[in-house]
Amino acid sequence: MPPDFRFQGAGRHLQKDMLGDWFRALEGAPQAGEPVAYQMIGGNVAELLRNFGYHLVFPEVNALQCGIKHASADLLLKAEDLGYSPDVCGYVKNDIGLLHSGNVSPMGKLPPPSLLVCTYSGCRTYIKWFEALAEYYQAPLFVLDVPYRRVSDLSDLAKPREEDIAYVVAQLEELITVCERQTGRRFDMDRLREDLARSQEAEDLWAGIMDAARHRPSPIDAYFEAVFFMAPINVLRGSEACLRYYRQTWAEIQERVEFGLGPVPEERVRVVIEGPPPWMRFRDFWDMFKAWGVVAVASTYVHVGGLYQAGVRHDPLRPLESMAEVCSNAYCNWNLELRAELLHRWVRDFQADALVIHSVKSCRSFSVGQADTREHFTKDLGIPTLFVESDLVDGRYFSAAQIKNRVDAFFERLAHKKLVEAGGAA
Amino acid sequence: MNLESIVAECREWFADPDFSRLRGHLAATGEHAVGLFPVYTPEEIVLAAGFLPVHTYGGGNLVEIDHADSRIQSFVCSICRSTLELGLTARLDWAEGFVFPSICDVARNLSGVWTRNFPDRFAAYIHFPEKDSIPAARQYLRTEFARLEHILERRSGRSIRREDYHRAFAVLNEQRKLLRQLYTLRSEQPWKLTTLELYTLTRAGGMMPREQHIEMLRLALAEAGARVGKPQDRIRVVVEGSFCEQPPLDLLMAIEDAGCYIVDDDFLLGQRYLEQDVPLAGDPLDALAETFLEAGVPTATYRSRRPRGPALVEKARAARADGVIFCIAKFCEPALYDYVLLNRELEKAGIPALYFEFEEKANVFDNMRMQVESFVESRLLFS
Ligand code: SF4
Ligand code: SF4
Repeated sequence: MPPDFRFQGAGRHLQKDMLGDWFRALEGAPQAGEPVAYQMIGGNVAELLRNFGYHLVFPEVNALQCGIKHASADLLLKAEDLGYSPDVCGYVKNDIGLLHSGNVSPMGKLPPPSLLVCTYSGCRTYIKWFEALAEYYQAPLFVLDVPYRRVSDLSDLAKPREEDIAYVVAQLEELITVCERQTGRRFDMDRLREDLARSQEAEDLWAGIMDAARHRPSPIDAYFEAVFFMAPINVLRGSEACLRYYRQTWAEIQERVEFGLGPVPEERVRVVIEGPPPWMRFRDFWDMFKAWGVVAVASTYVHVGGLYQAGVRHDPLRPLESMAEVCSNAYCNWNLELRAELLHRWVRDFQADALVIHSVKSCRSFSVGQADTREHFTKDLGIPTLFVESDLVDGRYFSAAQIKNRVDAFFERLAHKKLVEAGGAA
Repeated sequence: MNLESIVAECREWFADPDFSRLRGHLAATGEHAVGLFPVYTPEEIVLAAGFLPVHTYGGGNLVEIDHADSRIQSFVCSICRSTLELGLTARLDWAEGFVFPSICDVARNLSGVWTRNFPDRFAAYIHFPEKDSIPAARQYLRTEFARLEHILERRSGRSIRREDYHRAFAVLNEQRKLLRQLYTLRSEQPWKLTTLELYTLTRAGGMMPREQHIEMLRLALAEAGARVGKPQDRIRVVVEGSFCEQPPLDLLMAIEDAGCYIVDDDFLLGQRYLEQDVPLAGDPLDALAETFLEAGVPTATYRSRRPRGPALVEKARAARADGVIFCIAKFCEPALYDYVLLNRELEKAGIPALYFEFEEKANVFDNMRMQVESFVESRLLFS
């Protein structure tokens, strides 16, 4: 008789409810006369904006939702009709197409922004995107300028330079003034500390969940599953609901460890995955890996909002400083040297057999340098590396047969290599 | 020296993927050089440190991308790939190091590719603040400059003094002033100076010893000013969008041959990135940071104090332009995004525009030429 699981799937249901609540509140905001702030995932300052009662919209999330729900194709064309090139980021075009088609995302109707907060961390397209939103909505734009992280100290990858932090903190103070002026509400430091304490606890849990992939077999797929687990830490961080979600998910993962459950029936290959997923063909893509018993034990994409797994945390005792540290440590805001170092550590620490790079045309912030990283991993480090290309939401760039060929050829070779090594050792 | 021979001399400096003129100069003088990736690269600091600042603009249509292909994908702008190609084929080995500005995600990450592939030389990355509303931005930029200063000092083994800065500022202020004068001359009497000539004169000035270039510019100004000739029946256009990757020279000629006078443009913008002089008083790095934030030229790659839409309209009006030609490097995302908003602004202002994309390595322009010709015709009919 199968054991009676108490927690399996619970997180998923909870998440569905939470995100549903979030969107219902959002849809009601204009009628309730409540302010709405748009911001990016990378470098987001959710706790600070909620302090002033802003409802939060994340244009990237709307774009990826459209991708998953196969609603992107027409929106992309719509944006191209407006003059956007086929060669720019699909997220932007998806969002701008949406905005020019009534602004109803798969999750609900999007209210217009009272304030646009471009948290510029890791991607210059963010700025171009928000400049366009400012023009289309005629809404005020605040740019939170987060300097690109360069290596200061390889012993602590997540430690930004002091001057970077001071500069971001000065801007957070400026943002507080902007929000006070717009909402007429006073900034409440006590509330911020309370929210940050919840964020910190949720981040501990989330990092722990990701670290559970050290187990063999891994109880979690740190890419294909984790891209769903990551939603609350990015969009609802600081809330009670978010914390509840990660407690629940933590219990779910513990239970999986206890019963030896994993994302695939038999874990045969462990990989680290670099790059965002192809949302419009997510299931097909995952199936290609499942077929070989592949489990992702770590992935970079889930850290686009903050590298909690690398030790970054919000801290109620250092509210603005720690917020600045998180903003600085969005994955895409790391330079290539830091990224490569992290990937290398993960391959080692999570006992991965290979690195998989999914390179998307849309996102130069991820993709420029990935081919060089492949050179580095295969030639200098001797780590087998699979490199496949497609896109985030644009189905025109997903060539299923070609990708599958590469995936199959790679894992076949890898299986052969493992066999030979096992034979050699015997 | 007449204008033709000055231009021919200038052209030798950059129309050569092996940088022979530059190498010859460095060998003869014992000077050392530092490479600059476009757009915003504070050449002042490099010059003050005693290095020759060399603005590079990829391989144009002079190199085949061969080695860089395995490191950077084909959907990335050509200048990024061809710059790496030049590096991987040892054509940039004259450079002690390279400076990359925070203009786009491509340039940011290219700095990382550079660091890994050329470990014996430095790669400096500068983050230009996207704010000018708070004092912390100026302070931050100053710190970035100081970091570059430190890297250069370590490389050269000597520290930069205040006089070094002031000398560099004075030289580069003078060079930019003369370039502005040449631009004004072309705008006012475009039949006296072709865009190809102006472009050639400007571009060489990003590579050669600045004093030598200043002498050439003075001569060129006098020579061009003294030219006789009369205006032809052409329309006046502003070309926008080629601030980083550069259009092939034949393309510039094709635009003018198709019936245009280019009366303003954003080519080689990094050599004209400050619209005011850097003051020679006070703390040099403060002065440089302040000037950048106050008078950094607006582009798609930097949120300057002046909004770019109105700035472009103003530029077109000041140049008495009949239209704007967007001439954008393929895959250059900042320019591609900006096009949509800038074009809206032009429409509102009633300024007609033409759009096309180019690649630095292109060498056939028939199609584009036809587009420009019909744009010219429509303008001539209209006016
Ligand atoms: S370029 Fe990448 S990081 Fe930037 S908005 Fe597009 S998908 Fe997001
Ligand atoms: S051409 Fe455009 S995308 Fe390419 S490096 Fe220059 S600014 Fe960046």
